[in-house]
Amino acid sequence: MRQSELKTLSLLAIAFATTVFSCKPKNVSTTTSGDAAQKVYVAPGKYDEFYNFVSGGFSGQMSVYGIPSGRLFRVIPVFSVDPEKGYGYSEETKPMLNTSHGFVPWDDLHHIALSETDGVHDGRWAFGNGNNTPRIARIDMKSFKTAEIIEIPNSAGNHSSPFITENSEYVIAGTRFAVPMSDNNNDVPINTYKDNFKATISLIGVDKETGKMNLAFQILLPGVDFDLARAGKGKSHGWFFVSCYNTERANTLLEVNSAKNDKDFIMAVNWKKAEEYVKAGKGIKKSVNYAHNTFDEHTHTATSVMEKEVIMLDPKDCPDMVYFMPCPKNPHGCDTDPTGEYIVGSGKLAAVIPVFSFTKMLDAIDKKTFEGDYAGIPVLKYDAVLHGEVKKPGLGPLHTEFDANGNAYTSMFVSSEVVKWRVSDLQVLDRAPTYYSVGHLSVPGGPTKKPWGKYLIAYNKITKDRYLPTGPELCQSAQLYDISGDKMKMILDFPTIGEPHYAEAIPADIVSKNSVKFYKIEENKHPYVTMGDKEAKVERKGNEVHIYMTAIRSHLTPDNIEGVKLGDVVYFHVTNLEQDWDVPHGFAVKGANNAELLIMPGETQTLVWKPEKVGVYPIYCTDFCSALHQEMQGYIRISAPNNNVPLHFSTGTNQPKSEDDKL
Amino acid sequence: MQKLSGLSRVIIALCSLAIIISYFTPIWRIDLFAPQYPEGLMMNIWFNKLTGDVDIINGLNHYIGMKKISVDMFPEFSYLVYIVAAFIIYGLLVAITGSRKLLFSYLIVSALGGVLAMYDFYQWTYDYGHNLSPDAPIQVPGMSYQPPIIGHKQLLNFDAFSMPDLGGYIVAGSVVIAAVVWFIEWRKHKAA
Repeated sequence: MRQSELKTLSLLAIAFATTVFSCKPKNVSTTTSGDAAQKVYVAPGKYDEFYNFVSGGFSGQMSVYGIPSGRLFRVIPVFSVDPEKGYGYSEETKPMLNTSHGFVPWDDLHHIALSETDGVHDGRWAFGNGNNTPRIARIDMKSFKTAEIIEIPNSAGNHSSPFITENSEYVIAGTRFAVPMSDNNNDVPINTYKDNFKATISLIGVDKETGKMNLAFQILLPGVDFDLARAGKGKSHGWFFVSCYNTERANTLLEVNSAKNDKDFIMAVNWKKAEEYVKAGKGIKKSVNYAHNTFDEHTHTATSVMEKEVIMLDPKDCPDMVYFMPCPKNPHGCDTDPTGEYIVGSGKLAAVIPVFSFTKMLDAIDKKTFEGDYAGIPVLKYDAVLHGEVKKPGLGPLHTEFDANGNAYTSMFVSSEVVKWRVSDLQVLDRAPTYYSVGHLSVPGGPTKKPWGKYLIAYNKITKDRYLPTGPELCQSAQLYDISGDKMKMILDFPTIGEPHYAEAIPADIVSKNSVKFYKIEENKHPYVTMGDKEAKVERKGNEVHIYMTAIRSHLTPDNIEGVKLGDVVYFHVTNLEQDWDVPHGFAVKGANNAELLIMPGETQTLVWKPEKVGVYPIYCTDFCSALHQEMQGYIRISAPNNNVPLHFSTGTNQPKSEDDKL
Repeated sequence: MQKLSGLSRVIIALCSLAIIISYFTPIWRIDLFAPQYPEGLMMNIWFNKLTGDVDIINGLNHYIGMKKISVDMFPEFSYLVYIVAAFIIYGLLVAITGSRKLLFSYLIVSALGGVLAMYDFYQWTYDYGHNLSPDAPIQVPGMSYQPPIIGHKQLLNFDAFSMPDLGGYIVAGSVVIAAVVWFIEWRKHKAA
């Protein structure tokens, strides 16, 4: 073969190969832009621009990431026990997980709502919902700890929660599952769903100063499934909008039976009107039983109170309070734009995204432009309330966030993409792929009157080939897009804990300046606090042994304890005496059937231990606190009940050897 | 009789009165920086008290066996306020009498007082830096932990800085001004 022929042949081969390979879809190298690394690089020691509070889904926790770096800072234990932090294991935190079903150590946290003042994030509290055993939690953004958990009665599948009003007046909690109400016989055949099963929404008041929650009232509604919700804002302040599916009221094979109706609803609730009805005594007091748990920062202890009553409003007795707007088809997202004028319904199975107009809705209500009623509640005419439809947006629209420039971003679960469109004329402006099957989106400030914009984060359900494989269970992920330009640019993806559902992002400086560094020891009001090494002691009360222990670099006081008998219940009340930032101490005892304690400076935490064998058990600090951390250890001796060892404790000294002790 | 000019007397009086400010500010500060304390630890010394991160510093010092730093360890804190008050009155007397000789003696006393104070400070830092508990967890052979009297010194993982605080600068500054006044008056007299 001549050389020129060889050349031609190899060129042809290359051309062929290129043609074949170019049939593959675009891969990541073509979907991230060249300067992506620069945009997400936060140099060591530098801070991120935003905190991202991300739901942990079936982990039951809330995680905190930095944006744009995607670095994980903290997992806040909320509804699930966390042995790492002793949450749900220490005596102080156990009451946080108390419910009317007893101690429930797990839940499914789906959505985040950050507190607002005048429709803008104020950086005070983050709310999260427990989906399974209906609960709402309030996280204090100063301490990044769960401060309060309130159980929701007359509820099941607390999914349409927690969404917040523009001055944090209320957090809404709506039922996903309709259920028989508490005051009726609950032992009913499931096929009597249409007669016996009801849905509710609960409005939880939030104290302006303390954030303390109270279940203000509930509204009794027909047995549909509530999915998501948003409060109105600006002109629509005073209203809540809630997406409803299963208007077919099916109780079996919902994937078919709840997809029959062409249109389901967006429910509009006039909560200001509801407030008036409550004040006017239109509510009926229902007997219920739910737990209300609060954590006191001064006693460092949670208490759980069982509440017995709730005020229930029935739309039958309260006209002009609830309306339905028809919305195609099995809507999920229900989002109000920053002006409060537009309500975007995202029908998972719909071919369009309907956008409703608040002004038109008020007008339709005024003119009674109804197409009928649903279980006694007026249904407004679709065309009368519609601003317009986004045509051909993609497949499976789920959830919409907004920027400050009049644009909306909708996640498309089925077609795995984010679609950017203009709210005013409903034109699709851009689309960007996600990897894969995106659920919720988050734009910093996206649900508020003042979106901070700049970034969009997509939370994906499936990662498949995106990361190194880790067996059958793969991580779920978040993907970061730069939305500062006309086109969305993917600049980062990062794995998340559990399953991320909704998340909110807030400028870092609103939160970081308030961060607690340690608890003042002189403000510690724990009943078993030990205010210094010299106060350390061991007390016996019957078969309870209370050890008042201190931890300070690098010793426990006392660190030698004797005279405890098999059959005793030992309470280690450990006070961390440090008064400096970032010096927690841990505490563990061999064979304990629970977990460690992790005690912040100035805090007291209690570990209960029931020794089951005679012997000498080591105790030690578990958090590497200092150069002599490994020396921060001691012993507790457990004697047989008939062995007459006197109660004794010490640090740094030994007691003289006694004849009795010689074996 | 060598009298000070009216202006000089006013300046001396103002300088003396300015020292009153130093009752409300720390006179000295010690700053400590370490890799794990990037924000630094600070101790402020006043005429009658200590402020700043004294507890945290004590917590760290126990590793090297240093005695606990607390106000009641130092008798100076109980009488320093009176000495300074006497010194202010001394300065005011200079201004009232207008005596250049008295001013000269005031300067000598100031200088002696300054030296004495620094010596006292040195004594205490020496004592704290050298008389360490034999039970200290961390014992580095040959190592002592006396902070610098003024300036910088490396103490294990800590960079220690010692320098006057606002009150100290006011006291020193007023004495320096008084010295300048004396010098000008002295030259004026010599020329005459």
